[in-house]
Amino acid sequence: MAQLTMIQAINQALAQALDQDPAVIVFGEDVGKNGGVFRATDQLQARFGEQRVVDTPLSESAIIGSAIGLAVNGMKPVAEIQFMGFLYPAMDQLASQASRLRFRSAGRYALPLVVRAPFGGGVRTPELHADSLEALFTHTPGLKVVIPSSAYDAKGLLLQAIDDPDPVLFAEPMKLYRAIKEEVPEAPYRIPLGQARVVREGRDATVLTWGAPVWLVHKLAGQLQQERGISLEVIDLRSLIPLDEETIMHSVSKTGRALVVHEAVKTGGFGAELASRIMEKVFLYLHAPVMRVTGYDTPYPVPQVEDEWLPHEERILQAVHELLDY
Amino acid sequence: MGICEAGLVQVLNEDGRVVGEQPQNLSDAQLKDLYRRMQWARLFDQRAVRLQRQGRIGTYAPLEGQEAAQVGSSYVLEKGDWLFPTYRDLAACFNFGLSYTSALLYTMGHLEGGRLEEGYNLFPISIMIATQLPQAVGAAWASKLKQDGRVALVYFGDGATSKGDFHEALNLASVLKAPVVFFCQNNQWAISVPLSKQTGHTVIADKAQGYGLPGVRVDGNDVLAVCQVAKEAVERARRGEGPTLIEALTYRLGPHTTADDPTRYRPAEELEQWKQQRDPLRRFRLFLEREGLWSEHEEEQSAAEFKTVMDEALKKAEQTPRSQLHQAFDYVYTNPPQDLLRQKEEVLSWTQRKGSVSWHN
Ligand SMILES: Cc1ncc(C[n+]2csc(CCOP(=O)(O)OP(=O)(O)O)c2C)c(N)n1
Repeated sequence: MAQLTMIQAINQALAQALDQDPAVIVFGEDVGKNGGVFRATDQLQARFGEQRVVDTPLSESAIIGSAIGLAVNGMKPVAEIQFMGFLYPAMDQLASQASRLRFRSAGRYALPLVVRAPFGGGVRTPELHADSLEALFTHTPGLKVVIPSSAYDAKGLLLQAIDDPDPVLFAEPMKLYRAIKEEVPEAPYRIPLGQARVVREGRDATVLTWGAPVWLVHKLAGQLQQERGISLEVIDLRSLIPLDEETIMHSVSKTGRALVVHEAVKTGGFGAELASRIMEKVFLYLHAPVMRVTGYDTPYPVPQVEDEWLPHEERILQAVHELLDY
Repeated sequence: MGICEAGLVQVLNEDGRVVGEQPQNLSDAQLKDLYRRMQWARLFDQRAVRLQRQGRIGTYAPLEGQEAAQVGSSYVLEKGDWLFPTYRDLAACFNFGLSYTSALLYTMGHLEGGRLEEGYNLFPISIMIATQLPQAVGAAWASKLKQDGRVALVYFGDGATSKGDFHEALNLASVLKAPVVFFCQNNQWAISVPLSKQTGHTVIADKAQGYGLPGVRVDGNDVLAVCQVAKEAVERARRGEGPTLIEALTYRLGPHTTADDPTRYRPAEELEQWKQQRDPLRRFRLFLEREGLWSEHEEEQSAAEFKTVMDEALKKAEQTPRSQLHQAFDYVYTNPPQDLLRQKEEVLSWTQRKGSVSWHN
């Protein structure tokens, strides 16, 4: 089995999807000759030709809008939006159009389209490149929102997303693209959407997270176990819609404590959704309120202060401390 | 692509010889000033790229090759006019009052890097493509309503012409007869996508027709031609006759940004041709030397002067204290909600505790 980075795993998944199904078409800005600004589509145009791996004009709304038309007419579009913040100009097509086509057509049209978009902080990008906008899309009925945190998951989830008959936003944490190498099987495989991954089992509290913070939380959980005998259960949600409520509620009712860690701003973030679901479902098991460590309610800040703005080690430790001592 | 094709306004040819209408309105001192601004823009750019390589500033978008387009067009503005730049338009911004220190702080990822000089109507640099076009129309519209005689000049690239905002802005400006000048620097590449994949047409200036406004195509590496064309468009706007679309045909000699590798997508011969034969500085310098207005001595003296100014600006930027996260909270709302102020307090208390308590010890 080969050791791959996340970006290599994504590249392999795209190649296999293109290879297996002539309906798959990959397109977006700079995805062709340049192979994508992160090289996710490296060599794909050389291998599959300009009809299947297409450099589009600089037109996010046209990219998503045309993906809708492609999908209703028998293709399986996999569109790349260069950075998640650039979904704003395509908001109309994605949030008000793609998401509700099935509803509008009373089930006549399914929309098997995937929108890939890098996002997330700690990479020192210019403005609007790092923003975590997942809550905008979980608040949009009709879309699925998938966020891998490992190379293995990225490949399996992406292949599954491409198979899925509904529109999927596949949000890729930029910081993890090259940060880790993992064993990734060469043969295509699929990971069902809506199954969280228990990264680490524990007794004392449950940490719910996704994307880049998964690794930070996992590391901290190891330290806490070693240094203080605290046992955290760490859950990578992997997809927010569909949400694996069963795994979450099972874990929280076992530990009695829940902490949500996400990079997106706090107010109206998906952490708020998780907290209220936990309240609805397992309130009587709780020994402490559900807590959150998130980005602050400012626009994503400039490079000089982003490390402090993002959920960092000390903030997470403090929250675990408060949760356990409540 | 022939650079002398029909419809392209040119004053100087590639050897710096006058082929168009000789500019009447520029004095010798102004001609020298124009050149010096282009030279300084290039020197700043080259220095910035080196600073990025040394890790002293962050990602930077080089403007080398586009000096004439930016300097020539911004030169004709008056102080109270409006300028809407992108990340690649620092030469225009400098002309318009942006300090080198501010530009450096911006690329250093400093919170204050976004603060522009008071008294200049310079809009923050646009990172999102084409968003600034409708915004410039709005500023121009306000000037029209206020009858203050101001004009808005908005910069964008060829890639931006694919965005809905470009089309919506041209359409709205035309309907309103807004005093705005749309200035496209067609450097022929949008990261790795060449013009032929950006639009099915070859002439961006022609797009004006569909919206009922004049479109002008100018040799963007000919500073005198750019100056001329921009001046006419600005005067037209000021007279209340409405918007103009200018397409300045130019070329980006460097990478898209310091994080980009243009050898992956751009033919080396194309680059060489533009570098050797169409350099905007070379062309204008040849002209000035022939007119007896510039010499090797002046070139060196001016470069030395720039170095002093730049060293000073860099020193100032590097001595500026690093941004603190708590400052970010002051820029979110004019009147921040209580909840945000509580978050600011939390950040401040983290700053105070830093180093003293580490809970996991
Ligand atoms: C809405 C949006 N989409 C994509 C990007 C990513 N991006 C940054 S610059 C660029 C190319 C822009 O080309 P052009 O408009 O020709 O300007 P140039 O960079 O050549 O000056 C792209 C695709 C962005 N910043 N904003």
